[in-house]
Amino acid sequence: MAERRRRVRTFEWSTAIIALTSVVAGTIVYLRDGTDKFLAILTNDLWLFSGMLPKMAAGCLIAAFVTRLLPREVVARVVGGESGLLGILVAMVMGAVLPGGPLTIYPVAGAFLLLGADIGTAVAFITAWNLLGYNRALIWELPFFGPEFVAWRILLALPLPIIAGLLARVAARVVARRWGGDDQWT
Amino acid sequence: MDLITIVSIVIGTLLWVLVATLAFTAAMRSKALFREGAWEGARDFVVLIPRVLIGVIGSGYIAAVMPQDLITTWIGPGSGVLGIMIAALFGAATPGGAVVGFAVGAAALKGGAGAPQVIAYTTAWSLYTIQRLINWEIHMMAPRVVWLRAAVSIPLPILAGIAAMLIGKP
Repeated sequence: MAERRRRVRTFEWSTAIIALTSVVAGTIVYLRDGTDKFLAILTNDLWLFSGMLPKMAAGCLIAAFVTRLLPREVVARVVGGESGLLGILVAMVMGAVLPGGPLTIYPVAGAFLLLGADIGTAVAFITAWNLLGYNRALIWELPFFGPEFVAWRILLALPLPIIAGLLARVAARVVARRWGGDDQWT
Repeated sequence: MDLITIVSIVIGTLLWVLVATLAFTAAMRSKALFREGAWEGARDFVVLIPRVLIGVIGSGYIAAVMPQDLITTWIGPGSGVLGIMIAALFGAATPGGAVVGFAVGAAALKGGAGAPQVIAYTTAWSLYTIQRLINWEIHMMAPRVVWLRAAVSIPLPILAGIAAMLIGKP
């Protein structure tokens, strides 16, 4: 079952490439600017990182418990039964709350459509998961950018799932009128 | 203590209250549920630490060696809406996982990019990285749902960037 698959793999090419680039960049800084600059960057970033560790740990634990306490089928049923602006808002909250990677999120969005939700609801859900999910914000974004930047970024992103959901509804209608086909998006 | 520090402490406390509530709820359902959740959460945390650490430290060094003039000209604080659009394009073109997107964004910010431009970059990267659309989404959902979602998402990073520019934050 997809949702039981490990969310966190032990090796990743992305990380390896960033690690290699970092070593090269670090070496250049060390040779060009000397030990002081090299250490200043290191300690500055380590300080930010260590401050964010407790929040990262909380993020991991919340995700692990929510995965077990909030079954995806329940989410799909709740969101799939809603429509209108309320449907978009419920989908947005669920997208922000539901942890997991693309492997678990896209099938849930697909299930909404099967259960009768419209395309706007599914789009609002995926957009909220991408932009408002606490999982990614706590674990990834916070140690890189610090709390102030992340807080403003999320605040600015709050209306975006609603805009995306409404735009998707309009676009779906235009597509159906222009090229035919029904309103079914499964 | 400034406001940011206070808010940060409050949020940190709330998060752990939430962890405690969820852990308690899980334990009420069954001991095994609690044990599984606690174990997986702890394991993920330990696995993620080195990965995030590499990205965070790496972004500092990458920022130091990047051509600062070029960044400031194209996506600096004075680059305006054009800079926001360029940043969004780069976001769509960035391949790889979370560590790449955030390390590049953080490096750009440290290297002289403007905050609205970096917000547009990370928002675009989150919403419609081309590699992710093709490698993941297209296989898990109906293709026309994927393309419709990507199409309506195109203006979102630009809206977020412009909003950040207008309010002058962060």
